[in-house]
Amino acid sequence: MKVLVAVKRVVDYNVKVRVKADNSGVDLANVKMSMNPFCEIAVEEAVRLKEKGVVTEIVAVSVGPTAAQEQLRTALALGADRAILVETNEELSSLAIAKSLKALVDKEQPQLVILGKQAIDSDNNQTGQMLAALTGYAQGTFASKVEVAGDKVNVTREIDGGLQTVALNLPAIVTTDLRLNEPRYASLPNIMKAKKKPLDVVTPDALGVSTSSTVKTVKVEAPAARSAGIKVKSVAELVEKLKNEAKVI
Amino acid sequence: MAILLIADYQSTGCSAALAPATLSALAAARQIGGEVHLLLAGSDLGDLAERACRLDGVARVLLADDTTYDHLLAENLSALVVSLAPHYSHILAPATAVGRDCLPRIAALLDVDAVSDVIAVLDRDTFQRPIYAGNAIATVRCDGPVIVLGTRPTAFDPIATEGGSAVLERIGGPGDLGLSRWQGEEHPDFERPALESAKVIVAGGRGLQTQEGFAALYPLADRLQGAVGASLAAVDAGFAPAELQIGQSGRIVAPELYLAVGISGAVQHVAGMKDAKVIAAINLDPDAPIFEIADYGLQGDLFELLPELMLELDSALG
Repeated sequence: MKVLVAVKRVVDYNVKVRVKADNSGVDLANVKMSMNPFCEIAVEEAVRLKEKGVVTEIVAVSVGPTAAQEQLRTALALGADRAILVETNEELSSLAIAKSLKALVDKEQPQLVILGKQAIDSDNNQTGQMLAALTGYAQGTFASKVEVAGDKVNVTREIDGGLQTVALNLPAIVTTDLRLNEPRYASLPNIMKAKKKPLDVVTPDALGVSTSSTVKTVKVEAPAARSAGIKVKSVAELVEKLKNEAKVI
Repeated sequence: MAILLIADYQSTGCSAALAPATLSALAAARQIGGEVHLLLAGSDLGDLAERACRLDGVARVLLADDTTYDHLLAENLSALVVSLAPHYSHILAPATAVGRDCLPRIAALLDVDAVSDVIAVLDRDTFQRPIYAGNAIATVRCDGPVIVLGTRPTAFDPIATEGGSAVLERIGGPGDLGLSRWQGEEHPDFERPALESAKVIVAGGRGLQTQEGFAALYPLADRLQGAVGASLAAVDAGFAPAELQIGQSGRIVAPELYLAVGISGAVQHVAGMKDAKVIAAINLDPDAPIFEIADYGLQGDLFELLPELMLELDSALG
């Protein structure tokens, strides 16, 4: 079966971001960008399903600027067979991204779409669920285990206070939690080979996707800073402060 | 128009209880202003529905008494909510696993964007939410025909469970779509307060070195009547179960006291606990970033300090 994996180019998770002085957003000039960590896990899961013989073709897709080709090349180096970029310089909302992905699902007809549970920049945790709604497919969100069994996929999900297993009809949408797997590193020969794999570029317009959104960002501010307190010398002093000064025990 | 709040609840055997996060979401709904209707979906919820009718500030409890909605799976629950949507200006759910699973699906079916993890209500259509792991706060304005919001539980004080007198209304829904089926659940049994509602949290990181080292936090938490949490590093190393993870990819907490033991204070962890009232940290590394946000920092070897702390607490707390 065919799998579609969606990846996003985001600020690297080690970068401490700064809010722009005019409060229009976060300053991303000259900041290191990477593949969103949850998306790496999604790619890894697709590659593992291919190694098990369950999957025959992996199509990596991204919606974003020209530079997102780098992240698609990374996905190709990790084991994806080909890639599609929906190129746009606008920052799209989750719904607009889900609509773009829906257009690709209509075209490619995958049996499974794997996405990260959330992007570490917008922290929305919405795109997979929205894609499931638009396609009318079942959704297995926050997956820590994925098993394809015949015409179903069994997904173990991380829920509050434990784990839940659901059986979904295929085709289905799965979003990955951190504990689904440990992504591999791309080897140099695979990075070289990835340069020769096909990468198509389309636009939202060509897909007939509307990119308007009902939610507008008015302002982005730095959060109220929490400053360092005091260093205590001993356990006795710590307990005394917590009891008598902070009054929290 | 009224506000629809989707209730998240836990079912254990024959009794069910609202998730505390639902009560926080109700507080957010009341800040928006307008009549609030609470949707309870699932079978055998008669007792819970009666109790929900006494919640302060709920005008109507809609009970969809149907096994189709047991376990609140997103596909069927979303279809139910969409069938009710034309009567509402706002659709809310707490940002629990259930809320995060179903709200975006509902929003997309209604062709609107959703706002996740709301931490402040500025007015009926303007809200604040954290982005970039809490390193920036975005103010967003919604202008769709319906506003779909998930609320961060720790950002709103839960409302009183008594004092209201809502009307109970039984409703039907579109039924089972047959897309997904619940297979089973595992809940590790903890005899401690839930992380989201605990007043005190003792959390451990990689510094505890082993599962046995991590286990030393349990008697400490018990002395403080608190819950035990963990950093991603402690979970990944296998010291603690994943359910205990606090951080951007785990739980977001805001207790009175957060005691971080052997936790360096990575951005992803701090995003989950920086709203604690008081943060105390014990760490061997004097340069650990956790000391930059801790109200009280104690630098030293935690294997020496923890037993000492236990004794000190025994005498201080009698």
